[in-house]
Amino acid sequence: MKKTLLSLVTATAALALATVAAEAKLKACFIYVGPIGDFGWSYQHHQGALEMQKNLGGEEQVELAYLESVAEGADAERALERFARSGCNIIFTTSFGYMDATNAVAGKFPDVKFEHATGYKRDHPNVSTYNSKFHEGRYVQGIIAAKMSKAGVAGYIASFPIPEVVMGINAFVLGAQTVNPDFKVKVVWANTWFDPGKEADAAKALIDQGVDIITQHTDSTAPMQVAAERGIKAFGQASDMIAFGKETQLTAVVDNWGPYYTERVKAVMDGTWSQVDVWGGMKEGHVVMAPFTNMPDDVKAAAEAAVEKIKGGFEPFTGPITKQDGTEWLKDGERAENGVLLGLNFYVKGVDDKLPQ
Amino acid sequence: MFDAIIITIATAATPILIAAIGELVVERSGVLNLGVEGMMIMGAVTGFGVALTTGSPWLGFLAAAVVGALFSLLFGFLTLTLVTNQVATGLALTLLGLGVSGMIGEAFIGQPGVKMGNISIPLLSDLPFVGKLLFGQDPIFYLSILLTLAVAWFLFRTRAGLTLRSVGDNHASAHALGIDVIGIRYMAVTFGGACAGVAGGYLSLVYTPQWIENMTAGRGWIALALVVFASWRPWRVLAGAYLFGAVSIGQLHAQALGVGVPSQLLSALPYLATVVVLVLISRNRRLTMINTPASLGRAFVPDR
Repeated sequence: MKKTLLSLVTATAALALATVAAEAKLKACFIYVGPIGDFGWSYQHHQGALEMQKNLGGEEQVELAYLESVAEGADAERALERFARSGCNIIFTTSFGYMDATNAVAGKFPDVKFEHATGYKRDHPNVSTYNSKFHEGRYVQGIIAAKMSKAGVAGYIASFPIPEVVMGINAFVLGAQTVNPDFKVKVVWANTWFDPGKEADAAKALIDQGVDIITQHTDSTAPMQVAAERGIKAFGQASDMIAFGKETQLTAVVDNWGPYYTERVKAVMDGTWSQVDVWGGMKEGHVVMAPFTNMPDDVKAAAEAAVEKIKGGFEPFTGPITKQDGTEWLKDGERAENGVLLGLNFYVKGVDDKLPQ
Repeated sequence: MFDAIIITIATAATPILIAAIGELVVERSGVLNLGVEGMMIMGAVTGFGVALTTGSPWLGFLAAAVVGALFSLLFGFLTLTLVTNQVATGLALTLLGLGVSGMIGEAFIGQPGVKMGNISIPLLSDLPFVGKLLFGQDPIFYLSILLTLAVAWFLFRTRAGLTLRSVGDNHASAHALGIDVIGIRYMAVTFGGACAGVAGGYLSLVYTPQWIENMTAGRGWIALALVVFASWRPWRVLAGAYLFGAVSIGQLHAQALGVGVPSQLLSALPYLATVVVLVLISRNRRLTMINTPASLGRAFVPDR
């Protein structure tokens, strides 16, 4: 009897809570690894969050909360717990290193939805993962680079030798080789995501060694400015950097998180949210190219054609592709599996660098 | 290509040199200010903002120096007047600077800045190899060399410099001789702050003319290490800054050339070089003892 009464009380309490939750506006929370002022990775996530809020009826409907510069690891777990307790309905954790913390906290708060960017662990039904196919954009950049470069060599400023970055370098080379089979890429590893001075120095070193196109997988706008100063062309990273190189930027791969955030938060509102593992690209609108500028019309047409082709379902990692050491990777017409791509640790032919292991 | 590399090295070394020379004077007066990074980033954001609104990089540098100095006065007030712990206060200053600059700088994100142009002397700057380095650089580069010269002369060739060093070596004796220990330390700290401010301004006005949060990326700490590395000698600070710059740039070139050395090792080289030189220097204990300000980091309370 006592037991029944107790469960009845609990049920009523739960019902009351649910009613309150339905009346109160939805709270969406974001955790960023860097400052939102980095004008790169975290900045773009925040732009996506703001776009989502605007799309779903503004502050009246969606309350937005975020924490910047949260260290990956134990700190993140604390921040997540605080968020979960403060009434967040859905929490986006926007860096790979939050993977374990996200899953640990998700286990304790089954009613809160968790969305983890770039990870692969979904230990609980309330955890989804999402990522973008940035390499599609880099493939298009490669095509443009090969058409624009007189030297036949591009400089690539890379951050860390993780699959994501290696995938980008390979896609860039593959794109370039569709135009010029002998196209080369020189890679400099900055071993940082973010150090404007060092990125600028890396760009200078590459230009001094004869490259006439710069592309980067680090987060600041410094390489773009150096390219502008030295009068060569460059590609922007993560966000449209045209303001830093009006006559320099060819295009940029823009991380466009807004549509995904809108879709997912709306799903929570409608009560239709369920676990997913999304790896969206140009087709889904997650990867967008900044306007093609500072290039002749035929190059622009080639770039646009490549974008259309990818939107139509083309995967840049489709054979025949040879590895850097000359062995065959993919046969003619064979597509790389997602699992292989997400763990990529070798170069394709044409990269003028030894991959740090 | 050779002169282009040299100029890149000079650009990388200049901000570290200016900040380190300022800190050297501070430490020679017996104060350890670990807030260099915080003062630098404050200088960077102010310099950028003022240059952007007025259009003049010179005004930007002036504002950077003033804000760096004001920020260091906060440190001075806490450690010299209220006698707080210097290490803790310096660290707090760095954290405060990083936070406050991020807040002030929010409006400047994504805006291209104003770049200070290079000087160009006709004929002379066209000389092969050294022409551009000696006669075609940005004005602050020349300032950094003059600053090193001036500080070296001031510390070791003037009476005021001797007084400053005596305060750093033994503040009790200096006080007994009637020297205003606190006053001199205040001046040294302010000078150090102004230098750090200018160094920060160099980042946002010359090196990479833009504002991004946290853009100093640890250069303030390198400047601090450099002062110890140079055993508190101005010319050694200059040598150290250029060695650090040369190794940093050299490793990037080595990578672009495709030298088969792991990039992680190459990236660590500037720091490894610093450690090796530190070890070599500190092997001679007598020399180290002579140069280290004996009262460094010790609080001073006049007892009468």
